[in-house]
Order: sequence, then C-alpha cells, then structure tokens
Amino acid sequence: MVKVGLIGAGKMGLSHLSILGAHPDVNVVGVCDTSKMVTDVLEKYGSFNGFSDYKKMLEKTNPDAVVVAVPTKFHAIIVKDLLERGIHVFAEKPFCLNASQGEELVKLASARKLINQVGYHNKFIGNFTEVKRLIDGGYLGDIYHFVGESYGPVVIKKKQDTWRSDPAEGGGCLMDYASHVIDLLNYLLAPVTKVHGAILKPIYSTGVEDAVYALLELSTKLTGVLSVNWSDETYRKMSTSITVIGTKGKIIADASEIRIFLKEETNSGYSKGWSTKYITDLTEPVDFYLRGEEYSAQLDYFIRAIEGKVPNTINTFESAWLTDKAIDLIKNTK
Amino acid sequence: MERILFGDNQFFAVNHISDEKSRAQSIRFKDDSAIIKTLDYAIEAGINTFMCTTHDRIGNICDIIRANPDKYKGFKIFPCMPYAHKYANAVTELGIMGTLKEYVPGNFFGSLFKGGVAYLSKDYLSIMELMIDAEMKMFKGIDTPVIFLQNVITDLLLGLRMNEMLVAYHKYVQKKYNAEAGFITMNMPKLLKVLQDAGIENPIICSSINKVGFRMSGGKEIYEHTLKTNTFRAIAMQVLAGGAVSPREALEYVCRLPNIESILFGASSRGNIQETANLIHQFDQQFNIKSVI
Repeated sequence: MVKVGLIGAGKMGLSHLSILGAHPDVNVVGVCDTSKMVTDVLEKYGSFNGFSDYKKMLEKTNPDAVVVAVPTKFHAIIVKDLLERGIHVFAEKPFCLNASQGEELVKLASARKLINQVGYHNKFIGNFTEVKRLIDGGYLGDIYHFVGESYGPVVIKKKQDTWRSDPAEGGGCLMDYASHVIDLLNYLLAPVTKVHGAILKPIYSTGVEDAVYALLELSTKLTGVLSVNWSDETYRKMSTSITVIGTKGKIIADASEIRIFLKEETNSGYSKGWSTKYITDLTEPVDFYLRGEEYSAQLDYFIRAIEGKVPNTINTFESAWLTDKAIDLIKNTK
Repeated sequence: MERILFGDNQFFAVNHISDEKSRAQSIRFKDDSAIIKTLDYAIEAGINTFMCTTHDRIGNICDIIRANPDKYKGFKIFPCMPYAHKYANAVTELGIMGTLKEYVPGNFFGSLFKGGVAYLSKDYLSIMELMIDAEMKMFKGIDTPVIFLQNVITDLLLGLRMNEMLVAYHKYVQKKYNAEAGFITMNMPKLLKVLQDAGIENPIICSSINKVGFRMSGGKEIYEHTLKTNTFRAIAMQVLAGGAVSPREALEYVCRLPNIESILFGASSRGNIQETANLIHQFDQQFNIKSVI
C-alpha cells in the first residue's frame, strides 16, 4: 500500500481524494485544508484524518507521496518542502507561478530520484494519445500548421474576485485554462519556444484576461495558433481541441472524437479520405470512474510509478516546467 | 418502474461522442415546444416516464405538464439532481464556500457561520436537505416516484467513503417526498456493495451497461456477474454507448441480461423513439419466451 496525503481539498483536491479513496493500492493517511468545515466533513463522514497545517500532517502520518492541490502560488514552497523530505509529489496544474520557481523543483526531484507528476490530464485521454501516435508515425507528412483551442463557461459575467482573478496568484485564463492547451501542444508536437504575438483579453474580469490568442513557434520551427476563451458560454463545459495539418493529411481532435483526413493509403489504421473515431473506441477502462477516465488514469499512473510498475515519464515536473516557460513567453510578449 | 424510461440528454446538447451533434441538438431543442413535442412522441410510443436533470429549462417543461393535467395523466418524472455543471462551474469560480453561499437557500448558511456556531453532524445533513429541496421546487405537483442522485455526486461520495451521506439522501427523499431514492453511478458493483452493507434493500441503481463495456468501471464481466448474483433494481443507461454499436445489437445485449428492470434512452426523432421502443419489446418477448421454454 502506498501511503498518500492530500494538501488542498478544493474542487480538484476532493476529486483526487475520492479517486485515491477508491484506489485499492492507496491508503490515504491525511487530508489538509485551511477550511475547517471541509476537513470536518471529511473526518465526520469520510473517516479521513483532517489537518489544518500540512507540516503537522507530514510529521504525524509520514506519507510516501503527497498530492498538492492548493492555489498555484503555494505550489513552489510546498513542493520544495515535500521533495526535501523525500516525498513523491503529484502537483496540480499549472506547475508554478513562473519558470524560475519550477526550475529548482525539476532539479531537486531529479537529484532526489522522486516520482514527480503534474495534473495535465489531457495526456491520459485516449483520443489525444491516438493523435500523438498518428503524428509520431509521420502519417500527416510534413506538418506545417497547428491550432490549439479551448473554450468553456467559467467566467460569464462580472463577479466577485477570487484567487482565480489575481494574476499574482496564478489566476486568469492563461495560467488556468490555456495552460492545458499549451501543455498538450508541447506533448503532441514540440515545446513552445517563441511567441510571435499574443493578445490577453479581459472580457468580464478586471484583474486578469478571460481570453488568450497567440501565434506560437515550437522548437522544431513549426508555427501555429493558440485560441482560448473561458468566457464562452456556448460551451457546456471545458472543450479542448487540436487541429494539425501536414502535406499528407489533417487531424481535428477533441476529447470526444477524432476526425482524420489522409491523402493516401497508409498503415495507420485509417483509410484514405476522411475517417472518424470516437472516445468510446479509444478509452481504456478504469477501476473507478469519477469525472472522466483521465482523472483516474493519471493518479493510477502516479501510484504505479511509485510502485515501480511504470516509468515516470508522462507529465513530469520537467514537462510542466516547459509549459510554464511558454506561459512566461506569452505573458512577456509586447 | 416502467421497462422503458425516456432520458433528456438530447435536449441539453449532451452527446458523449460528438460536440457537433451536441450543437445540432441544441438548435433543434431551442424552444420548449420542441421538447414537449418529443416527449409526446415518447408517450405515443408507450413511454410514460421522463428521467431528467434538474436543469433550469425542465422548470418550463414542468409548467406545461402542470397546465395540461388531462393530457399528462399518469405521466411521471424521475428527477436527477443536481445539474452538476451549474455547481462545477460555480466551484471553479467561487470556491466551495462561495458556491454554498450562492446556492444554499435562505439565511441558514449565513447564520451557521456568522456566530461561529458549533458544527454538529446534523448541520451538514441539513445543508444537503436544503439543497435537495431547492432542486425539487420545480417539480411541485408532479408525480416523482423516484428521485436520483447524479453520478458525479454519488461517485464522489462513494470514493470519499461518505456512505452515511448516501444513506441520508435515501432516507430524506423517502421521508420528505414519499419517493424512492435512485443512484446514478459509473461504479455500479462498488456502489451496490456499499448500499447493501448499509442496509438499503433492493436499491435502484442506474449505470452504464452496454455491449462495448464503455464506462463500466472494472470491466463488463464484473457488471454481468453483479447483475446475475444480486437483488437490486438496475437501470441500464448509455446502452448505445454513444453510438458505437448498432441499436439492434446494443439493445439485444441489454435485453438478454438478467435483472435489468428498466432501460433508459433518449432520442430526438419520432422514428428513432418508436424504433428503439419496438426493438426493446421485440427482444423482451423473444428472450422471455426462451427463458420459459
């Protein structure tokens, strides 16, 4: 059994806790949150050990691993402390407030040989791993353009401020929403290394942007477009899609379906012309389902990496740090 | 429960395999009259139970049903609460406390925190009861014999091992609404065990059951085994698995399984509704005869 602690029982934290609570190889030894009400409810009805001070939780419960789901501004300091104590870490996204914070953590995790993972769950969606396979297989020919998009209804009117509306705390559409798309582009194609122009547009918020539009260049010199808007109420929930076009074909993919066009017959598993595949064909079943297979799959991967059953190669601190670097580039574009 | 229950995903642009289809549905059902028309097609096909989310627009549908008592005599609604995206988006923006403040009715919540009142076990269950009442308001005067907890909440509580909350829901729905509690889940075998261990007899559980094993956590075999070896009232949903297999093949699989009391499906056109209902009846007849022989 892997002894796991959780710091931060908000929306993502509770979701992680529920999945960990149902995992056969996990013993949740403690849950820490600043809200007394939340830890009270978890203690009373869920029989978890609640703490308001994470250091106390670590000392009392001695976990092998900790899931960090606190606001981004606390990531660097808490994750550093955990790594120095020799604890494996799963941190929520985005990784840190800026790339310089993350760099130290990447080095530390590697030096201490600790399992490190960040919660960019799209990489555990069958559709996107299929897109990765098709791109890596070269079936699209020379890729010359991509579009990464994400839309959803998070901020759809002027409202009270929270940490999500403070850029100093990791708020805003770029860090909270666009980070998912940037991370996916980094994974599917190559890391973003240059930004040719970016628009950070407030729509309803005052302190932060609600939409991000940017022209990106990757380390391979491939260029494309990023278009993300979290104030788009025409979407029922967050919807992320990737379009990639090359000299031999094109893919349009989201979490529900993949549409692919191939100019020629290949051994890709798709015939010439347009084909469609659905998530129902591409999803690996999980043992416990909460909000999507990917949320269970990413935590299962983390636990199995600790057990030494899988390599710690997907969503490492390093890959999330590259995403933070791209976020910095977009922020600093004049 | 009736053998066939009519679902509402198609009305609210919920399509598990295609955003494009979602958009088309959203245009089709822009007006409440289009929803009513489709419900009437379902009634025509002999389906008299509508299982639906506590979406704001269902309130309008309830108004129409109340205004036409003769036409909707014997028509039942199985509400499914809460409409999760409303809360999920609110939690992203306002946090958990902010969301509770926004959605728990009355001054209850304010007064609970203002004076630093001791948190008693009972208070949290009262919050849940107030939220159930708020979701149930729109169904006043309508026959709602089964009231469901949506899978995102059922499964969250299941993973958090808050079995007591699931039981409290079951009891409250019975006491206050004289209805039976139903649970929607993506983890049917696990939930059934928890409910049985908590002493809930013959629970109503709605879960994905389909030929391709989509959203059947732990695998299709465990589901089939659970159905064969337990007593409970199972409802099969996502029987078409988002369209991955043909309706005939999909329905044959579900109708052949033992112990499934009801099948939930949603469709938009008169033809599809009638065809699905016919196929279910046809397979039921076929397999019932076989089992008698």
